[in-house]
Amino acid sequence: MAASSAYEAVIGLEVHTQLLTRSKIFCGCANAFGAPPNHHVCPVCMGMPGVLPVFNRRVLELTIRVGLTAHSQIAERSVFARKNYFYPDLPKGYQISQYERPLCVGGYIEVPGADGAPRKIRLTRIHIEEDAGKNIHRPEASLVDFNRSGAPLLEIVSEPDLHSAEEAAAYLRELRAMLRYLEVSDGNMEEGSFRCDANVSVRPRGASELGAKTEIKNLNSFKFVEKAINHEIARQTAVLQAGGKVEQQTHLWDAEREETRPMRSKEYAHDYRYFPEPDLPELQAPPGLVEAIRAQTPEVPSARRARYARDFGLSAYAIEVLTQEREVGDYFEALIKAGVHHKAAANWTMSEVLRAANASDQPLIRAIPAAAQTATLLKLVEQNRISLNGAKTAFAAMCKSGQDAAATVSALGLAQVSDEAAIAEACDLVLSTETDKVAEYRAGHEKLFGFFVGRVMKTTQGKANPKVVNEVLKRKLAP
Amino acid sequence: MNNELFRLTISQAQAALRRREFSAVELTRACLERISAVEPKLNAFLTVAESEALIQAAAADRRLANGAPALCGIPIGIKDIFATRGMRTTCASRILENFVPPFDATVVARLREAGAVFPGKLNMDEFAMGSSTENSAFGPTRNPYDLARVPGGSSGGSAAAVAADECLAALGTDTGGSIRQPAALCGVVGIKPTYSRVSRYGVVAFASSLDQVGPLTKTVRDSAIMMRALAGVDPRDSTCSARPVPDYEAALNGEIKNLRIGVPKEFFVEGMQPVVDSAVRAALKRLEADGAAVGEISLPHSQYAVATYYLIATAEASANLARYDGVRYGLRAEADDLSELYGRTRAQGFGPEVKRRIMLGTFALSSGYYDAYYLKAQRVRTLIRRDFEAAFGACDVIVTPTSPTTAFRLGEKTQDPLQMYLSDIFTISVNLAGLPALSMPCGYDGNGLPIGLQIIGPAFGEGVILRVADALERSAPVPRRRPAAV
Amino acid sequence: MPVRMAETKIGLDGVRHVARLARLELDAEQEARLQHDLSAILEYIEKLNELDLGGVEPTAQVGEAGTPMRDDVVTNQPAAEAALANAPAREGFWFKVPKIIE
Repeated sequence: MAASSAYEAVIGLEVHTQLLTRSKIFCGCANAFGAPPNHHVCPVCMGMPGVLPVFNRRVLELTIRVGLTAHSQIAERSVFARKNYFYPDLPKGYQISQYERPLCVGGYIEVPGADGAPRKIRLTRIHIEEDAGKNIHRPEASLVDFNRSGAPLLEIVSEPDLHSAEEAAAYLRELRAMLRYLEVSDGNMEEGSFRCDANVSVRPRGASELGAKTEIKNLNSFKFVEKAINHEIARQTAVLQAGGKVEQQTHLWDAEREETRPMRSKEYAHDYRYFPEPDLPELQAPPGLVEAIRAQTPEVPSARRARYARDFGLSAYAIEVLTQEREVGDYFEALIKAGVHHKAAANWTMSEVLRAANASDQPLIRAIPAAAQTATLLKLVEQNRISLNGAKTAFAAMCKSGQDAAATVSALGLAQVSDEAAIAEACDLVLSTETDKVAEYRAGHEKLFGFFVGRVMKTTQGKANPKVVNEVLKRKLAP
Repeated sequence: MNNELFRLTISQAQAALRRREFSAVELTRACLERISAVEPKLNAFLTVAESEALIQAAAADRRLANGAPALCGIPIGIKDIFATRGMRTTCASRILENFVPPFDATVVARLREAGAVFPGKLNMDEFAMGSSTENSAFGPTRNPYDLARVPGGSSGGSAAAVAADECLAALGTDTGGSIRQPAALCGVVGIKPTYSRVSRYGVVAFASSLDQVGPLTKTVRDSAIMMRALAGVDPRDSTCSARPVPDYEAALNGEIKNLRIGVPKEFFVEGMQPVVDSAVRAALKRLEADGAAVGEISLPHSQYAVATYYLIATAEASANLARYDGVRYGLRAEADDLSELYGRTRAQGFGPEVKRRIMLGTFALSSGYYDAYYLKAQRVRTLIRRDFEAAFGACDVIVTPTSPTTAFRLGEKTQDPLQMYLSDIFTISVNLAGLPALSMPCGYDGNGLPIGLQIIGPAFGEGVILRVADALERSAPVPRRRPAAV
Repeated sequence: MPVRMAETKIGLDGVRHVARLARLELDAEQEARLQHDLSAILEYIEKLNELDLGGVEPTAQVGEAGTPMRDDVVTNQPAAEAALANAPAREGFWFKVPKIIE
């Protein structure tokens, strides 16, 4: 449902992401999700008369980390501003934000393009602001919780460099992965710590001017981002095709009806009357801070992708899977460090590790055994001391029990039998009970070989080394 | 003497309490009785906290027994703009009529720590917006020198209470003259410190880049004592200075020889009451006699200060007062939907002057007008600051009248907001520049009404201002007159 | 009240627009009064146009530059009852307001 070829969509995204700090941006309340309503609040984040904000240093550090990674210019002096509007979840009637002088200016993020080649999506700015509380709507009334009020937020604004819903989603995935790699945000869309507003406009292909844009709010999953943008592109295209004019509006994504609709309540909210926040002097990074943060900034997905391609020659698909989450790649690399071949490490991480991690509601690091234990297991496979299937069984058990590899293999009796005499005995037993099938095989029905292998494995409860079983059977079945 | 303990100054009471000549409870009781006696005439207090004050006083007496802090047992009135934990804080507004803060303003906490006793909360213009205390939602305060006249504002309750000996000192706030002008009109001493010298945490905000906290006292020495207790860094106020706080009282040595006093020519022109002019000039003569050098200076942009102030202050106020929405605390009007809730709560909760200023400030910031009004005012603010910087190259302090007139009659200016605004013409530029300034009595007019003199200093020049004021107080030809009407 | 009508610096529509932004419900009399008062004040403010402000930087603050920063430490204990003590309407631990229409 993309725009018909006569029209082109132009999309810019505004992402709000909550920062992983212990306390709120301007007061000492906990920055924590999930408490009962109005528990993590104090006079400051409740906007009581006479209170004043005091800035959390950690917010500056995390923002600089993001800005450096996104190749932004870090402003030596930036200024807080008040953004004025009325809403029940906004306790002061204004939001402390940054306007004319944000902390980070410009920059770009590299996103894997459709052809696999990286594409630069330019950023306009990254600025700091405080989050509002939360309203919930009941039939009779609305209820307000200020636990989230004053949580530190980054607003990351892209240039209108995106041209399709798929591209927008790819940018968001990349940005989210980057923020998680940097340990700046948990990127949790369901809990609202990573939220997206999209500015969408459509223009005749080849036109240089931008059309009137629609701002779509409330996009809280990647799926909705794609659906809403596609819906909006189709809607605007239809308007233009019918000779109409698109109105500049704010729309809300209605997830149930899968459509966007204009917002009614904020009709007066367009004049935010920004002015410099008099309660906070300008923000100046202490000397040396930017360089210190630059020295400590962890690797980001684009760099890691390049390294995996260069050092391990992995497929584009494998690289994609291994780099989406930082912990997955970290685990993969820990296996290699523990002596596992990178092919085996990649395969195991992509299948068993991700399966176990996805099945668990724990973070990856707690859902699966330490890399050293997994490496031990994989070396047993390499040495033919257990089968690949045995290793999978052991791994699943280790995820549950937390036991080490050796103990698990022995407790489950997974050690592989490679002793020829013992295997020959099992083969003899099978062949002596299946005399009809043996005759058929010798008469030329060679497909039955697999049947014999299966019976031997069953007799040995799967512990026989399949390679040895093959050799012994071949010899015994020879005419 | 015991029956008139309320007449004491802080420094007199301090010494006597330490000598155990009387107890803090006795002193507090004397003030509370004085309050009962004069309040029916003055209406300086919005809340009188009799039992709480006596409990504080009893605690102060226990502390006095073993080496007490500076203000131990001293009854100090608190303008109702300061958050007081567990005690109603109304800002003289219907919208906060029943608001009880769960926290103390930093200066209130400091005074508590220093052993002060709080007899109650003082009347003011609603949200500190006014120059006469007529904008209080709970009725005007009267001037103790003439009950038909205003005490000035917005800290009118503070000035009247100190002048009428209801408390030994009071806390006020000054955004455009709100400590100095009522101090002048009520014949007491009031100081607006350098912006950032005293914490604003817990002070209901009017205009955040202009508001400052300061004391109103009976003498200059008492202001020095109060300043030491109030000033200093506060981790809860990001705009509060970390500079060390000097011992202001120790610097009151009467020595002003060779001190250069600048007199701005722009401040002695049209519309000023002649008796104010002559009283200030007489005071300047006394300073000269003490060895100071008096010379003319110029503050060429001061004529633009009122216009500049009313854009900047109202713009900031329009945001500061947005929190009064009926959601979390304060008045809530009956409403069926959210839009009604906001519009009606604020219509019922705010008085006419507050609405006028919210409207002006909202307009000055609104799309299409920001550059022509708010931003322009900020540029003029730069010029006003530069005027003072240049002036302080040539002098150590500046002396002016505090207000062009003595106390005016109730109702005289209420119908003309602009005339009311112009009564702050000599005080406003000081706030725009963030400088310290003090007002003190320098004589009386033909009706026996006090005349105020303003001393302006460079940033963090509270010490030199207090020294000059103290010298002037020492050389005063006649003692302070008690208010006739109470 | 009988007034010398100041040159109109703001129209009634302007007054209504600003009142909507400021969320103040005004009756017709208040609108007219505010139109008059604001016009008079704005006329007085015209005085600023006498000044040549080219190249003059704005002053937003007069304190010391460089905002102080606090360490990222949780210092406040959960305090729902203190927060809700002044609530005009509540439901459990929530603040209650008339239904919001988005």
